[in-house]
Amino acid sequence: MKVHEHQGKEILRKFGVATPRGKVAFSVEEAVAAATELGGDVWVVKAQIHAGGRGKGGGVKLARSLDDVRNVASEILGMTLVTHQTGPEGRLVRRLYIEEGCDIARELYVGMLLDRAVGQVVVMASTEGGMDIEKVAEETPEKIHKVWIDPGMGLTDYQARQIAFALGLKDKVQLRSATRFLKGLAAAYQDYDCSLAEINPLVVTSGGEVLALDAKMNFDSNALYRHPDVVEMRDLHEEDPSEVEAGEYDLSFIKLDGAIGCMVNGAGLAMATMDTIKLHGGEPANFLDVGGGATADKVKAAFQIITRDPAVKAIFVNIFGGIMKCDVIATGVVQAVQETGLDVPLVVRLAGTNVEMGKQILNDSGLRILAADSLGEGARLAVEATKEA
Amino acid sequence: MAILVNSDTKLVVQGITGKHGGFHTAQAIEYGTNVVGGVVPGKGGGSSDHGVPIFDTVRDALKETGANTSAVYVPPPFAADAILEAIDAGVELVVAITEGIPVADMVRVNAALARSSTRLVGPNCPGVITPGECKIGIMPGHIHRPGRIGVLSRSGTLTYEAVGQLTGLGIGQSTCVGIGGDPIIGTSFLDVIELFAADDATLGFVMIGEIGGSAEEEGAAWIGANLDKPVVGFIAGQTAPPGRRMGHAGAIVSGGQGTASGKMTAMEQAGIAVVHSPSDIGVTMQRLLSERGLLDEARTASN
Repeated sequence: MKVHEHQGKEILRKFGVATPRGKVAFSVEEAVAAATELGGDVWVVKAQIHAGGRGKGGGVKLARSLDDVRNVASEILGMTLVTHQTGPEGRLVRRLYIEEGCDIARELYVGMLLDRAVGQVVVMASTEGGMDIEKVAEETPEKIHKVWIDPGMGLTDYQARQIAFALGLKDKVQLRSATRFLKGLAAAYQDYDCSLAEINPLVVTSGGEVLALDAKMNFDSNALYRHPDVVEMRDLHEEDPSEVEAGEYDLSFIKLDGAIGCMVNGAGLAMATMDTIKLHGGEPANFLDVGGGATADKVKAAFQIITRDPAVKAIFVNIFGGIMKCDVIATGVVQAVQETGLDVPLVVRLAGTNVEMGKQILNDSGLRILAADSLGEGARLAVEATKEA
Repeated sequence: MAILVNSDTKLVVQGITGKHGGFHTAQAIEYGTNVVGGVVPGKGGGSSDHGVPIFDTVRDALKETGANTSAVYVPPPFAADAILEAIDAGVELVVAITEGIPVADMVRVNAALARSSTRLVGPNCPGVITPGECKIGIMPGHIHRPGRIGVLSRSGTLTYEAVGQLTGLGIGQSTCVGIGGDPIIGTSFLDVIELFAADDATLGFVMIGEIGGSAEEEGAAWIGANLDKPVVGFIAGQTAPPGRRMGHAGAIVSGGQGTASGKMTAMEQAGIAVVHSPSDIGVTMQRLLSERGLLDEARTASN
């Protein structure tokens, strides 16, 4: 799960991670009031969306007077911000973060995430602040310093110092500020079950203080049950509505751009089904895993989410029954079609547990269904159906 | 022969009275798996609906039954602790079926595994089956057939797809292992590949990967350097958009790492027969076996 920059910083401050002072604003008036309250003579007005590259897209601007804050805030609030992470359709800006300006001597990078190969969390630090870390990793990997965290010990003092020295933070003030920052960041990551914590840039002021100028925090969705405060930070505006609805039914759903709606059980088979559709010259409209223990109701909900997408020109249901029984799938599909109707061709491939019962239910329903005996045949039929439509 | 589990496996089920644990234990017993005990803290001394004795701790269960393997069906908030308990008790093989264990919990399990001799398969996996001998997990037993080809996969239903194709062609399986779709798993591709390589009952195997991580590449490199058995490979997620988690927590392409094309290239370079369509897994194995004159042997059940 993702949160906004201002929410990430709120969490980080609890762990002694220094950030510039700031306030969230949902209107231009609130933005001006926030700047007034923060005081000073320079502010940064930042669009809050769940995507990076906001500065380049025109979503982060400097203001040198309260009038300036008003102008910039009215410009950014309500704009559709397009960045390399939003896709061409962009994202509507519904909230701002007003932050005090700070004097920046250097911009650095620090990020934390799971290193799957090692099975431990890794801290990555680089002097190339503000850059895309993936680009740094590819072009100049020697500029990334890494330390791995033992889950029993957490980030130790000496490891924090290693990172600080690697970043060239050597004098007493810098070193103290950096180690406090890094240990706080690591504690926040661990306590809050993060899946990503990225500070880019991390800035060093001319006074030697280390501050998080930006903060990107993602959380392990499997661990949200122990973090109700994070769950409350969820902003549904930042998510695709059909994905939100699918989540309510505990369906794993991702909206894509193609014309063939897919309903599959199991993530691996769902991906393989998409691949097979593409191999036959089609494009999947979605990734959808109904899971192992789906009920007819859940199947019905899944089917309705797929059919609501106007881009869908054919539907391919591909089920290999294990725990999931084919008759349950068939019942859910029939119910969904009877309730909401169906304007596009439906291809169904059933295999595994209770396959004969499932086929019988589909036959008896009188629905026009293209039956397939294999994954390949099903994909081919679905692609052909979209071409005829 | 086969790998990991066989007719000598004595299984305890952690979470045997839960909905999933109860259901799949019944299926396992029906298949012929030797289920000797269950572990449910606080219910020790009783017995499950299947008539299996229940113990409070894994240690008690091992002492009383001589079990060597455990299956974990415990719900996600408590599953890592259940695995740690099994490791502490010295279980040889732990198969963790539970889906949705927090990653931080698995980081701790990973550290405990490194200090022990226990092998963990999973979590978030369909389990392990040696057809005709022992089934641990949630796979439908009836699609399998005893034989000589191994199946190794990160996913559940896609494994069934491959097994279904092999069985349909009369090619039975030695052992099928689902290693799980999480970012941290106990047994890697490479671990299972080495087991299949050393197993005389396994003539060749199918390896089904997914986008994300680098485990397929590591497995492929070892195969290229060490193995002369026929291997068919497939990678799911060739069409997955970067940065999106495709169901499994581990299935995500980030920063250009873990792409399907990179994995497929690594596998091809290792001499693995890589199929682009999952529909071709079975027929491709059939062709490889036929080319090596092994098809008749593969069609004759070894156990």
